[in-house]
Amino acid sequence: MCGAIKGGPSLDGVDVENQAVIQGIVTRDGQPVGNAYVRLLDRTGEFTAEVPTSATGQFRFFAGPGEWTLRTLAPKSISVDSSVTAAKGVVAEVAVAV
Amino acid sequence: MSRESALVTADWVEEHLDDPSVVLVEVDEDAEAYDKGHIPGAVKLDWKKDLQDGVRHDFVSKEKLEALLSAKGIGNDDTVVFYGGNNNWFAAYAYWYLSYYGHENLRLLDGGRKKWELDSRELTAEVPSREATTYTAKDADGSIRAFRDEVIEAIGTKNLIDVRSPDEYAGRLLAPAHLPQEAAQIGGHIPTAGNVPWSKAANDDGTFRSDDELKELYADAGLDEGRDTIAYCRIGERSSHTWFVLKEILGYPNVKNYDGSWSEYGSLRSVPVALGDEPGAA
Repeated sequence: MCGAIKGGPSLDGVDVENQAVIQGIVTRDGQPVGNAYVRLLDRTGEFTAEVPTSATGQFRFFAGPGEWTLRTLAPKSISVDSSVTAAKGVVAEVAVAV
Repeated sequence: MSRESALVTADWVEEHLDDPSVVLVEVDEDAEAYDKGHIPGAVKLDWKKDLQDGVRHDFVSKEKLEALLSAKGIGNDDTVVFYGGNNNWFAAYAYWYLSYYGHENLRLLDGGRKKWELDSRELTAEVPSREATTYTAKDADGSIRAFRDEVIEAIGTKNLIDVRSPDEYAGRLLAPAHLPQEAAQIGGHIPTAGNVPWSKAANDDGTFRSDDELKELYADAGLDEGRDTIAYCRIGERSSHTWFVLKEILGYPNVKNYDGSWSEYGSLRSVPVALGDEPGAA
């Protein structure tokens, strides 16, 4: 496996072939936001999962194939929604600016 | 129980940071969260290392709990305020677990760690030192914990509430989407269980919805107040959150948490299972 992946955390050790990964980075004015929360909402808008961003603003979900919405909450910001499509064996990268 | 007796606000916690009768306890699945920063004065409980037996597939025994709380400097008369990440899932689990062993003064910080962080309130990496106590736990309270046989008998007779996400309920996923997919042998849910994802009980910032909203939520899912209720999820932590809502906030009398949950039920031989978005028949 090769190929430079921007944004999300390193995929070393992740079984990408068998997972539908959604990952990325949250930034404010180009700087990573390390104390944000990213929620994964399903196609009906229902909450499926939530993770805090890492110190470097990164996050990752193991989703199922299909359409998802990421809702990002950060201090002193309104929430930001981003649409994303996940597929097995593919890493969907999302850049979120708050 | 009621909202007033079970929940405290972030403002209340800030006002009681120096109150010696109040012990703040952070409980996380990601135990490193505490080490990076926690509410000043809070002690740490590791959901896995501290609260799971490690050999038996069970939480720690009464004797181990007594040793743990004594070493953490928590006394029988202290007011214990739990909070944590994951929208308080593991904090609610610890609350349920200490209720099981009879601790009387328990609270949950509304919104947990997330609300505290989103408010930009103070966090510190400084670990407090507390003098050891001699904690004495009470005998286990079987009225709030369900085991598998009771759950099977509850099909079609008691309220069963599956609090996982719709995709887990239907059998399309086996675990929450932020974790690798590993869990029970099969997907699906316990027949007749209604699906009320734990998240519907909380606002985006992790605080609980109002009493009226919560009552309507479970009534709409068919919860019959005249029947006993059992809540379950995958490993019993999200269902602790819902147990907390039903028993501690709304004050329903007979509510149990099935902590074996789907990771156990979905691995049992020869028990009924329903697939798809509908509850299914008994």
